[in-house]
Amino acid sequence: MTEQIYYEDVDVGSEIAPLAKIATTRMLVQWAGATGDFNPLHYEDDFARAMGVGSPIVHGALKRAWLGQLMTDWIGGDGRLKKMSCQYRGMDYPRRMKTIDEPLDGETWWCRGKVTRKYEDGDDHMVECEIWVENGKGERTTPGSALVALPTRSAE
Amino acid sequence: MAEGSLITDMLKELIGVPSEPIVFKVEEGAIQRYAQAIGDANPLYNDPDSAAGIKHGRLLAPPGFTGWPVKAGRPTEKLFESLVKAGAPPRILDGGVEFEFGEPIGAGDVLTATPMIAGISERDTRLGKTMFTTAEITYVNQRGDLVLKSWATLIQF
Repeated sequence: MTEQIYYEDVDVGSEIAPLAKIATTRMLVQWAGATGDFNPLHYEDDFARAMGVGSPIVHGALKRAWLGQLMTDWIGGDGRLKKMSCQYRGMDYPRRMKTIDEPLDGETWWCRGKVTRKYEDGDDHMVECEIWVENGKGERTTPGSALVALPTRSAE
Repeated sequence: MAEGSLITDMLKELIGVPSEPIVFKVEEGAIQRYAQAIGDANPLYNDPDSAAGIKHGRLLAPPGFTGWPVKAGRPTEKLFESLVKAGAPPRILDGGVEFEFGEPIGAGDVLTATPMIAGISERDTRLGKTMFTTAEITYVNQRGDLVLKSWATLIQF
């Protein structure tokens, strides 16, 4: 856990501390079990090919959950996540496994974001952000937005 | 209705009508496994004996988690079934989601989810004639507090 961030600490254009993620086939199996989403699109080669995506793809909801972590890590224990949205625009393909717990070399994904607006709403100190997951080529496969309430130093 | 429209009269009748609510429990182990699958080590979701766990008196759920299973047999899947029954194309992609968070969700909560088709539109895409459905789900906890509203986009072609 990092230090608490306050409303006064951010301005339009401020960057959210980025979060690195590596998707692996093993992780997609773990995600399937943890969510109950057993769609073979995410683990069955022939099925994924027949669906027109080439090979198994990363669950959109996993990328959305990464973005949730991006925001909750950033706002800390005293911030509140009010709204979040994202669109699954581009396919992402997991790294295959080399050993039981080690993936092959390959892509690393980055969850990133930027402050687009800050304003006061009654007693709440609101911050709007543009957020996204980008693939190893820097393409934003999962763009979205978030609205958070941050604590203020003046309230202390 | 334009000729060749995917949006049948039966589909139009589904819009705005809440479906049967679904009740489910948010279990501590399910929260932990979900957080582990994200790779999120935040003690809020993982360790009930941590300072964060003690402060809240229970594990909290990561944003968007409403209990296991998230998908199978769950609200969006039920809506999808009713859409296909009303003539919507059977192939589906998850287009994205919007969440509005209310009171925190945590271990021990019993949530009631009420799904509803909020709107349907269509346009030509590289997938061909494509239908976009907004599936709205309202989640309320055992105390009657609103904990989450979500709007999922279902892409059918």
